[in-house]
Amino acid sequence: MSRIGKLAAAAASALVLMSLSAQAQELKIGIKTEPSSLDPQFHTLNPNIQVAQHFFDALVLQDENLKTKPGLALSWKPVGDTVWEIKLRPNVKFHDGSDFTAEDVVFTYERVPKVPNSPGPYTIYTRAMKSFEIVDPLTLRIHTNGPAPLLPLDLAALPILSKKAMAGPAAEGKTSAELNAGNGLVGTGPFKFVEWQRGSRIVGERNDTYWGEKPAWKTVILRPLSNNTARVAALLSGDVDLIEDPPTTDLAKLKNDPKVHLDRAVSNRIIYIHLDQHGEPPIAIPDTNGKNPLMDKRVREALSIAIDRKGIADKIMEGVAVPAGDLLPYPMGGTRKDTPVDPYDQAKAKKLLAEAGYPNGFSITLGTPNGRYINDLKIAQAVAAMWSRVGVKTEVDAAAPPVFFKNRDSFKYSAYLAGWGASTGELSNALKALLATPDRPKGMGTTNSGRHSNKAMDAKLEEALVTVDDAKREALLAEASKIAIQEGHGLIPIHFELSVWAMKKGLTYKGRADQNTLAQGVKPAQ
Amino acid sequence: MTVALEPVAAKPQTPFQRIVSDFCENRLAVFGLVLVVLSIFVAAAAPLISTQNPFDIAGLDLLDAKSPPGTMSSDGKITYWLGTDGQARDMMSAIFYGMRISLFVGFVSVLAALAIGVVVGLVAAYAGGRTDAFLMRIVDIMLSFPAILVALILLSVLGKGIDKVLIALILVQWAYFARAARGAALVERNKEYVEAATCLALPPWRIVFRHMLPNCMPSLIVIATITLARAIALEATLSFLGVGVPVTQPSLGMLISNGFEFLLSGSYWISFFPGVALAIAIIGINLAGDHLRDVLNPRNLR
Amino acid sequence: MIVYIIRRLMQAALVMVVMSVLVFAGIYLIGDPVLMMISPDASELEREAVRKALHLDLPMWQQYLLFVNDALHGNFGKSFLAGQPAMGLIFERFPATLELAFASLVLSLAIGLPLGVYAGLRPHTAGSKTIMTGSILGFSLPNFWVGLMLIMVFAVLLPDLVPGWPRLPASGRGATVDVLGVKLSFLTGDGLLHLLLPAVTLSLYKGALIVRLARATAREVLPMDYVKFARAKGLSERRIVGVHVLKNIMIPIATVSGLEFGQTVAFAVVTETIFSWPGVGKLLIDSILLLDRPVVVAYLVIIVFFFVALNLVVDLLYSVLDPRVRLESRAT
Repeated sequence: MSRIGKLAAAAASALVLMSLSAQAQELKIGIKTEPSSLDPQFHTLNPNIQVAQHFFDALVLQDENLKTKPGLALSWKPVGDTVWEIKLRPNVKFHDGSDFTAEDVVFTYERVPKVPNSPGPYTIYTRAMKSFEIVDPLTLRIHTNGPAPLLPLDLAALPILSKKAMAGPAAEGKTSAELNAGNGLVGTGPFKFVEWQRGSRIVGERNDTYWGEKPAWKTVILRPLSNNTARVAALLSGDVDLIEDPPTTDLAKLKNDPKVHLDRAVSNRIIYIHLDQHGEPPIAIPDTNGKNPLMDKRVREALSIAIDRKGIADKIMEGVAVPAGDLLPYPMGGTRKDTPVDPYDQAKAKKLLAEAGYPNGFSITLGTPNGRYINDLKIAQAVAAMWSRVGVKTEVDAAAPPVFFKNRDSFKYSAYLAGWGASTGELSNALKALLATPDRPKGMGTTNSGRHSNKAMDAKLEEALVTVDDAKREALLAEASKIAIQEGHGLIPIHFELSVWAMKKGLTYKGRADQNTLAQGVKPAQ
Repeated sequence: MTVALEPVAAKPQTPFQRIVSDFCENRLAVFGLVLVVLSIFVAAAAPLISTQNPFDIAGLDLLDAKSPPGTMSSDGKITYWLGTDGQARDMMSAIFYGMRISLFVGFVSVLAALAIGVVVGLVAAYAGGRTDAFLMRIVDIMLSFPAILVALILLSVLGKGIDKVLIALILVQWAYFARAARGAALVERNKEYVEAATCLALPPWRIVFRHMLPNCMPSLIVIATITLARAIALEATLSFLGVGVPVTQPSLGMLISNGFEFLLSGSYWISFFPGVALAIAIIGINLAGDHLRDVLNPRNLR
Repeated sequence: MIVYIIRRLMQAALVMVVMSVLVFAGIYLIGDPVLMMISPDASELEREAVRKALHLDLPMWQQYLLFVNDALHGNFGKSFLAGQPAMGLIFERFPATLELAFASLVLSLAIGLPLGVYAGLRPHTAGSKTIMTGSILGFSLPNFWVGLMLIMVFAVLLPDLVPGWPRLPASGRGATVDVLGVKLSFLTGDGLLHLLLPAVTLSLYKGALIVRLARATAREVLPMDYVKFARAKGLSERRIVGVHVLKNIMIPIATVSGLEFGQTVAFAVVTETIFSWPGVGKLLIDSILLLDRPVVVAYLVIIVFFFVALNLVVDLLYSVLDPRVRLESRAT
């Protein structure tokens, strides 16, 4: 090789290095959904929460598996049945240089109910709080309405705002609209807010005085790319460095692409089928002479074991799903390591149906939203095919989400497919919503549109909800789930979604169970 | 083209014979006609020539999903000549069955929309004044109403079914034709022959439909043949949203949009073959249609 | 003429009212916006609070009167989802969509018109047969398919395989410049590059339609007496085509261009999604699916006004293009 050639090679490698270090300054992420607002107290919507976590910290943080860890609070403990004492982290500065104190925390929590026109209010996280007591600038006591063992999880959902920066004439201080324009958007988080162009990009800049581990990126740009295939194309063409949630159909191709690296994590999202158990006459089951076969536990079990969960996980989900036998994956709070997944056994399913008095099966309608969960419609079609094979003639009724929700809540489906992500990372949240006997004023069974009801389960759950001791509470939840699901087949769990992130070679991301994509978690590979 | 340049009137012909012989002069048009006939045959005979009933979900086995073309089914009974889709439907059978729905929905909705649109457009252009203003403002509203909203409203009010797809498609499309027909008719209205007809005191309906309509048809036919492709695609969108044909009985348009997400992944056949089938039908219709229009148009007589 | 325009604008106001009623009723029929937005963890009490705050607890007609009252004060309500004025959200994105629609229309006219007229003039040459057959591809290929293929070829494959081949941007809008407070991207090189692929995608269908329309009407016009007369007078072919033929085929072309422009501005959703173009089409679909009524109402009221105005322009064009078309009504 000539000298010139060597020189050229050296120059080329220098160029590559330069471009690498230039890239290491900037990270472009393709996100699936744009937030509806930058006010972290406006709407309990995942895209909003995810963006807020770049600019703000909560007192309590959750790690990748949703276990709590210290954030702006160093420690928290109950000091009586209805009081929690919280020690705050010292020497933390907001982006504008002012100090973080208990005043900011109280301001933040008191602002929640004052935010006007919130379509999904954060009051669901403050409803347990009664009053606040500032012991000293770094010590806070929260008095609750009755025992509130899950308070730390509520604190994790409430990012802390700066009282000084949020000062304003409105009752809530700075309004949501002002925050959307960046006015008052001052947190303690790993990134400082730079700009938001709706539909186009959100830009943040590294907070060099961050109290925790400083992010690897000087600038982070979040770009909403809602179309699945377009998001993949943007990654392949280098428009962005990392994308969340690549479509399952492209995973095989991405895995074989030498320029792409994939990271994945089991999520807290369960895909399940709920069955109408309100009584008689049945809904949309025309051929049983007014009897509701779904009231029979054997029929529900038959429907569960008629489903080939592994086939769905492999063929439809391309391996990014884990067959489920519970509402949350192990080791999240209240789950057991040995919870069985209902085995696929069509012969036994037919036998159970015959025992229950339906040797020739019956007809049923399976409702499903279209485009709400990963591959929702395809899963429903596959389940319909499997049920039809054991004699339960299934018609899939797919509808756009608004129509699906209306139909579900007005009880039009004999069975429906849906998903649930327990943001708390423990079972009480899911059991309360999906299986507790419906009692809407009390917030029980709010999404139990199959109207399953089991008094034994309700009792265990209610006891757990007031048990402060973590181990005891989780044992109670495990029992409740066993009664309702593994024994009672109150609903049919299908699988947990695996979340996938695709990025260019040279990056890594530790996937989170809450499916959030956080720039501070993206690292250049060592 | 060097084909048949002999004088047309070698021996006396009926008009029909003339049309047939003129049409056959153009090999491309004949080829188009063959494609159309093929598509219609496939659609009509789907149950007879398919190896599988793709609408019978109990017959689908997920194990066979996404098999490439030429694979044997896992029970060894049939060969998937064009592969299978994500639900293990045999693509070839699914295309045959899907063609039925798509052609039916496409033709019926476009013809109905054309008929309604032409009547509204011609009446508006001929009557003018308040009638014109009134009809055209309705057209403006319909044009601004998004198809998805129409579909969602119909879905929640009327429920689902293939007749609802037709209603939605006609509702969405007629206004376009009305606007186009009115544009064409405005020119015709002031031509001498209309004035002559008016002087003869012919009834208005006769002037509009016997005299003005034929002169407006050429541009409308162009739009109609092209809209057919659009209607088939729109039907797919609506069905995908849940109004219309059940998802377990996909139309051709739905097969294509279902396969869309597989395009990058290497399972090309899921979207490619339905796409080819649709393209064959559309190209055939347009090749034949183009020439048919020329042959039927008395002005183009040589 | 002025009276005519004023009368049309008054009709527009009426049409906007009708539209708002239709959308109100429509969204009401589809479902409950609160269900779409609230966290499913919320209790009944919290749901009621949201309903009350957004006035969704009132009877339909009262909600509508509230809307009318606000609208009369120039306020079309705040988006349920974003909590910001719906009009602001829409106008923020309008320039991007207008830009795209305009670019694709210009592109399709620039390519479609000459090709179509040529095919009409020389229907039996191989060139025009190629044009006509090729134009069929323009509308038989689905929009999303074309867009994706363009991305794959020009943003991924070609730059990877051919060293030095420029990589076209596959998503988003390029750099913008502020003109009178409106952000425009077609004035910058980067903006034009970003505009290229989506505009080409959109113009394929329109271009094909114009080619075919131009050919059909040109063939219609050519045998007419005045063309024969012009030929007999010995006018140059260029003049015959440029003045006499072109002038007579412009009415259908103007009609369809207007319709297509309107459709693109209002509903270019597929292309906007595939190219992540920050336009209004995407906003509309999201708002419809989330039942964000204020945005849908505001948007469609604007769009219906836009259509009335657009059709007014097209009607005015008629009388310019063909003096025989009289706009003033003869019967009143």
